[in-house]
Amino acid sequence: MKTRWTWFHKLGSPKWFYAISGRLLPVLSVAAGLLLLVGMVWGLAFAPQDYQQGNSFRIIYIHVPAAMLAQSCYVMLAVAGVVGLVWKMKLADVALQCAAPIGAWMTALALVTGAVWGKPTWGSWWVWDARLTSMLILLFLYFGIIALGQAISNRDSSAKACAVLAIVGVVNIPIIKYSVEWWNTLHQGATFTLTEKPAMPAEMWLPLLLTALGFYCFFGAVLLARMRLEVLRREARASWVKDEVLKNLGREALR
Amino acid sequence: MNFASFSEFFAMGQHGLYVWSAYGVCLLVLAVNVAAPVLARRRYLQEEARRLRRESKS
Repeated sequence: MKTRWTWFHKLGSPKWFYAISGRLLPVLSVAAGLLLLVGMVWGLAFAPQDYQQGNSFRIIYIHVPAAMLAQSCYVMLAVAGVVGLVWKMKLADVALQCAAPIGAWMTALALVTGAVWGKPTWGSWWVWDARLTSMLILLFLYFGIIALGQAISNRDSSAKACAVLAIVGVVNIPIIKYSVEWWNTLHQGATFTLTEKPAMPAEMWLPLLLTALGFYCFFGAVLLARMRLEVLRREARASWVKDEVLKNLGREALR
Repeated sequence: MNFASFSEFFAMGQHGLYVWSAYGVCLLVLAVNVAAPVLARRRYLQEEARRLRRESKS
């Protein structure tokens, strides 16, 4: 039992996290850049056009990944909240605070690209439809977590409050997911499901798979970059952080 | 390529404005998200440098 849990405690150690994330960050960045580039060029220039929507459907290659990521990111916040509350892991709060702004950006991106797609397809920028409204609520939940984290200056209480809000708000995620099935909506159903083959030809959904993976790698890279800085700030008194800052200061001064 | 010419590619049928503005917004959001931690890290290191210099003087 003891050995099985050592990785978990190591993961909670800021120093260990900093070392591992430093190695992971370049890999994720390169993967994100390549996947997004290939997926977007493929989706924009080479995928066949939709027989009903024409070329406006190409917005799918950014809209769907952004929306998927916005929801996955919120689930991650809730998981980090549980880990932080149950095991008092400090890194969980770092992850929660650092992921929330990225999730908010992704939700906003999904809403904006959805509006731009809705105009030529439905004839309207916005409708108070179940899917769109629940996504808007997700954006407000993100804003709530960000504001709460900034409003409470005591780190432990702010971590607790944000964790609770993240966990409570996760009820919105299944509502978003099933909104297109439970209510009559303008929004089309899911493009990808785990159990069925996509209803579109491979040359249409393959670029979507690439951009979706690219968005997840992008999220991983940006999240790690934010978390690394936050770890340096919070552990400023530790000797390894001082060494790390000095090492980087030398590099900055040489520039 | 799905398009016969570059002008057709930019026109995107009649949806050029929608498609390109959506992709423009997307790239802008991605760029902001990349720039934020990079700039914040640089600012933090500069602050630390100033603090260390101040402390070494006193």
